[in-house]
Amino acid sequence: MSLLEVTNLQVKFNTPEGEVQAVNGLDFSVERGESLAIVGESGAGKSQAVMAIMGLLAENGSVTGKAEFKGRDLLQMSRKELNKVRGCEIAMIFQDPMTSLNPFLTIEKQMAEVITHHQGLRRDEARAQAVEMLRAVRIPAPEERAKQYPHEFSGGMRQRVMIAMGLLCEPSLLIADEPTTALDVTVQAQITQLVGELRQKSNMSLILITHDLAVVAEICDRVLVMYAGQVVETGCVVDIFYRPQHPYTQGLLASVPRMNRPVDDELHFIPGNPPNLMDLGSGCHFRERCSRVMDVCEDDPPLQVAPDGRVSRCFIAMENGEMKRAEMVASGTDAEEDSTETAE
Amino acid sequence: MTAPILRVQDLAVNFTSYTGGLLRRKERVLRAVNGISFDLHASESLGIVGETGSGKSTLARAILGLIKPSRGRVMWRGEDLTLLDEEQLRQKRKEIQIVFQDPVASLDPRMTAGDIISEPLWTFYPNMASLQVEERARGIMKMVGLLPNQINRYPHQFSGGQCQRIGIARALVLNPKLVICDEPVSALDVSIQAQIINLLKDLQNKLGLALIFIAHDLSLVKHISDRILVMYMGSSMELSERDALYRRPLHPYTNALIESVPIPDPILAAQARQDSWLSGDMPSPYEPPRGCIFNPVCPYKVSRCETDVPALRRMEHGDWAACHRAEDLDLSIGPVPSREAPGTRREIN
Amino acid sequence: MNNSADIQADDLLAAAMREDDIRGRSLWVDAWHRLLKNRAAVVSGIIMATMLLLVLVGPVLSPWEGDFTDWDNTSSKPSLETGHWFGTDSVGRDILVRTLEGGRISLLVGLVATLVSLAIGVTYGAIAGYYGGFTDRIMMRMVDIVYALPFMFFVILLMVVFGRHIVLIFVAIGAVNWLDMARIVRGQTLGLKNTEFVEAARACGVDHNAIIRHHIIPNLMGVVMVYVTLTIPQVILVESFLSFLGLGVQEPMSSWGALVNDGAQDMESAPWTLIFPAAFLTVTLYCFNYIGDGMRDALDPKDRL
Repeated sequence: MSLLEVTNLQVKFNTPEGEVQAVNGLDFSVERGESLAIVGESGAGKSQAVMAIMGLLAENGSVTGKAEFKGRDLLQMSRKELNKVRGCEIAMIFQDPMTSLNPFLTIEKQMAEVITHHQGLRRDEARAQAVEMLRAVRIPAPEERAKQYPHEFSGGMRQRVMIAMGLLCEPSLLIADEPTTALDVTVQAQITQLVGELRQKSNMSLILITHDLAVVAEICDRVLVMYAGQVVETGCVVDIFYRPQHPYTQGLLASVPRMNRPVDDELHFIPGNPPNLMDLGSGCHFRERCSRVMDVCEDDPPLQVAPDGRVSRCFIAMENGEMKRAEMVASGTDAEEDSTETAE
Repeated sequence: MTAPILRVQDLAVNFTSYTGGLLRRKERVLRAVNGISFDLHASESLGIVGETGSGKSTLARAILGLIKPSRGRVMWRGEDLTLLDEEQLRQKRKEIQIVFQDPVASLDPRMTAGDIISEPLWTFYPNMASLQVEERARGIMKMVGLLPNQINRYPHQFSGGQCQRIGIARALVLNPKLVICDEPVSALDVSIQAQIINLLKDLQNKLGLALIFIAHDLSLVKHISDRILVMYMGSSMELSERDALYRRPLHPYTNALIESVPIPDPILAAQARQDSWLSGDMPSPYEPPRGCIFNPVCPYKVSRCETDVPALRRMEHGDWAACHRAEDLDLSIGPVPSREAPGTRREIN
Repeated sequence: MNNSADIQADDLLAAAMREDDIRGRSLWVDAWHRLLKNRAAVVSGIIMATMLLLVLVGPVLSPWEGDFTDWDNTSSKPSLETGHWFGTDSVGRDILVRTLEGGRISLLVGLVATLVSLAIGVTYGAIAGYYGGFTDRIMMRMVDIVYALPFMFFVILLMVVFGRHIVLIFVAIGAVNWLDMARIVRGQTLGLKNTEFVEAARACGVDHNAIIRHHIIPNLMGVVMVYVTLTIPQVILVESFLSFLGLGVQEPMSSWGALVNDGAQDMESAPWTLIFPAAFLTVTLYCFNYIGDGMRDALDPKDRL
């Protein structure tokens, strides 16, 4: 059984301007010890989906569907049960660590509070454990740093503290929502590496939410690409990076800046802007920005499932997990060489 | 070679803050920008790269005259901007413009796109006919890839990328000669970033603009800069031609910046992953370390680095570096891994 | 592919040029729509509009004059037969007409004093906040000094020096209320002037005056409007208080506060002289508070997705 199994998740927001369909029938699962990346542009519904599962939606939001964590549906839980799961069995870290830390309490106090609350340890034991955890996320001089306040930490150090706090109860699932977006590159590299290591050590599952595919490559096993509240493609990380099926995934991949690309190569990008979630209409939501749009795209595209479990929501057919070669030659763009390799 | 249009000489900005009570007041000086010099020629583009706290945004504002520098000169076409009074400086704004980091926050939420774009026109040409202003605003909107019929929309009705286009339109409406872009894409999605970079590049070619492009990492500046200035804690570490910098960085910090750009490839990433050697925090900017400011985290440090401050020196090939060991260190980036993921765009013959 | 995208974009642009302009939807319009969904605020608004109409037209339509003494019906109970629907006071004046006339004064004081404090407070606060530094310190210390004066002492002093006059009430209340407004506006301005769009305006060469007029003040209006709707009832209450103490409007003019004062004296023998003006006063205060709350919610952009 999967650790987390989400089926037909729908998230709607009621705004004065109308109903916003943020997530529209999302299915995914996370196995024990697996790390899943949810990738998409802002407005794709990736954060809202996770917030809904955790019961953290804004007041004007509503959610339907199922989200079974260890066999129990998170969406049906009472507030009290959910609180027990949150912060204990499932931990979350956010883009801006400052907003989730209390500026008036020392780091040590905040961490000890979590431990005494969830594990019922004594104060001094809790403190010792807090310092140990800060050491684990490689904060230098943890004994002294633990007595400081959040504003005395730099952005990267704060994110480490958040990770340390999240890991205190040894959760079986860590959800990281754009954990490195607000950080400098050098710090970003450190944090990404840290998360990867910690995960391997503790066999914890990870859901990483990001708009940047480059981060995904280093620490994730599987990738789920979202667009306009729907899954457009899933697959293991190597497949997604080397054999992307959906034109949107291909576009996302191509727009990642690469240090190893020739300098005068023009940057590739996805033209246009994400669709208006207020009136999505029917048909493929990506068709207006798609480089290989066809007439059939006016209809809802089928969700194709390959034998190896890969999924792509597109009319361009998959064959044994590969896109038809004819299709690719006709469109005359990406991935030509690769498909040649595999077809022959 | 013609004279540079912008010549920044030994520019420094200090921020003074006070701590302690009324009686035991202590003064703390933050050297946000500490003696930066560079030249910029017409229609050239210079990338300025540095992380949080490197002083890159402060430098931009000091060049524009939005912040008073504590030392140094900003020579704009032979005239020292730091000596001008407020009104004279205001007149120079026609020639030097800026695009901000946060596309949404830099637009007044109560103004329409058209009002935002034409505000500089109203300011400098109060007698211009309103029809003419509107015509110009529509023209500029079209140029930056916005639909001119959206002229009456408000910022919250645009997406982030579109808001940044409005910001660019506002910067271009007065036909400036230099546009400073302060991290114009770092708040945008990766898929939208390239749209804006390409737009800026096109506009630069079309209009012959000089461009200063500020970024916090080295991945995107590569596509838009002729030369790159790398800053760390208010000082310049390296100033090099673009190709040379990516092929063989002269300063260990530049090298660290290049290596920390994530590799969008699961197989290569697994291979390349070494222990991140740049560990720990930047030292406190109020108490900078003695000697080279980079020495506490530098893996190539020698005893000299802890005592002497390295000056920005001109190297053999004409590039500049502030490192004692710039000559003997070989930081060349090995042959780039050749395996490319298929998502990469490639020319098809 | 980039080329084709460009061409496509050009076509789109050309097509769009031919179409009419898309109409924008400002934050004000958004806020207005949100306000209309707030039932308490809408009901309050309707009640206040009715009240205003009643107060303006009522005394004209009524058969009684406010200062007419009906000797046949002194201290009479509310009744339809005598024509005194709200009853009369101890000297036989019609309570209904007096309540409506008093409402004119109360609402007028509320509006005028609030507008005075609005004009002075916004200008003063915006200037102090925007220029900051030394200017700010001097200006705000002056506010502190005026603030430190005991309000009642100040009012009594005015009365003694200039005699009792309705204009003095406006002056007295306005002079105190703008201080709060100035402080609030200054605080908001301090935040606003560091926003990127103000910096952007400076970078575009917009001068200080224009920045205050075009960027600072329009963005303050949300907070200011909420504060205004909460100030009006406060001012009405202050006036009532002054009148209750006998420092307010002079006979034969009246206000709700003065009427409540009169009514309180015969509370046991003729409770209606207290109940009706007090009810009008209370309803007004509640309505303004609901409208203010509704506006605060409507103008708060946080609940947008």
